[in-house]
Amino acid sequence: MTVLQVAALALVAVGGSGVVLASDPLRQTIVLGIFGLALAVLFFVFQAPDVALSEIVVSTVGLPVMILLALRKIRQQERDRQGAEEES
Amino acid sequence: MSRCVRLSVFALAATVLAAVLIVGFAGLPAFGHFHGVDGNVIDGVGVTERHATDLVTALNFDFRGFDTLGEEFILFGSVLGIVLILRELRDEHQGPRLEEADEHMLGGASEALRLLGLILVPVLLAIGGYIVVHGQITPGGGFQGGIVLATAPLSLFLAGRYLRTRFVAPHTMLEVGEAVGAAGYAMVGIAGLVFVGIFLKNFLPFGIPGHLLSAGQIDVASLAVGVEVSGAFLVAWSEFLDQAIMVRRRRAQ
Amino acid sequence: MSFLPFAVAAWLFIAGLYGIVASRNLVRTILSLTIVQSATYVVLLGVGYRNGGAAPIFADIPAVTKAVDPVVQVLVLTDVVIEATVTALLLALAVQAHKRFGSLDPNDLRVLRD
Repeated sequence: MTVLQVAALALVAVGGSGVVLASDPLRQTIVLGIFGLALAVLFFVFQAPDVALSEIVVSTVGLPVMILLALRKIRQQERDRQGAEEES
Repeated sequence: MSRCVRLSVFALAATVLAAVLIVGFAGLPAFGHFHGVDGNVIDGVGVTERHATDLVTALNFDFRGFDTLGEEFILFGSVLGIVLILRELRDEHQGPRLEEADEHMLGGASEALRLLGLILVPVLLAIGGYIVVHGQITPGGGFQGGIVLATAPLSLFLAGRYLRTRFVAPHTMLEVGEAVGAAGYAMVGIAGLVFVGIFLKNFLPFGIPGHLLSAGQIDVASLAVGVEVSGAFLVAWSEFLDQAIMVRRRRAQ
Repeated sequence: MSFLPFAVAAWLFIAGLYGIVASRNLVRTILSLTIVQSATYVVLLGVGYRNGGAAPIFADIPAVTKAVDPVVQVLVLTDVVIEATVTALLLALAVQAHKRFGSLDPNDLRVLRD
């Protein structure tokens, strides 16, 4: 095992723990993007460039966009709900 | 079950699971000493048999093409599920119309962001097209290039022109594009059945390995999957975008 | 040291499970599921690696060089893209659950009424 592989594995382990331990979903999304990049580096070091390419694209663009839009919709619904309760 | 009880039960179960996993992984061959037969055989004959230098794409669309058919339809089914779940309910209505809110600006979209978003559109289209078309030569193929292609209308949205994005990439066109991609892959398989007698067997002529149209059915299949994946992601994104921006609960009068 | 990839995969699996079990928010559950899935990627690619092997792309190296296993790479590649779509489906379910029940806490979700 090369030094690069050990470093990439360590980064992935730390990043994964970071995603699980982050406090709210918004912070989790950002850490998830970084975790995806660490995974892509790991795949690259394991001689799998195809997989690294698809992991980069998915975890930096594909997934965070959907999570952020879902979070925005949820926050909007919270505000609407609070507004309706204040009116009644 | 209260939270403390749940966490202590989980701690117990996690310890057992960790032990099982460690014992299981210890039974695998050591890291770096891979003994599988299929991989070695394909590494040896892949280039000469299929005239494709990227063996991962060749496996994806030719040797293991049937798996890719199934996975492509998982993609299709999930996006269908998203569209069905996020349909408008009875007590909601669509927000501003195209004429009323022509310049819907994202809060805080500065001039620099807008300029960058507009510049990125042709760059992303070119890179995405390159990755899809060169799948059989270099790392790439339909799956990766399809998502990169899908980010081009997305950067229009980030530049603050959401309603223009809906104009450039309307729902009907995206859904038709996705269905055409999925059906295209199945048609490639059926054409193999019709011309050569076996579903998904290659029937197109081979070229020189390392050139563009060299790998027969792999090129066409990669293109179909690229169209399908980009259509799928764009449909999913625009469903979420519609929910976040356009759909509002009707106020109880 | 050669056990490290599998140890990291087991750690990710259990950390993701902890995130699913201990979360009070449906979106956090869904994101922890992503971590569990990435544990399987690490295992698959760890199994297929060969010491001194190159990537299975023979565009510029002679076709007889030792290469890593391409079959596991195919499995992981399609899985990465599909995981994103299935996560999107789960997020759509979470958005509708919030619309219906007013909260994202898994303990507050009741039986669907109408």
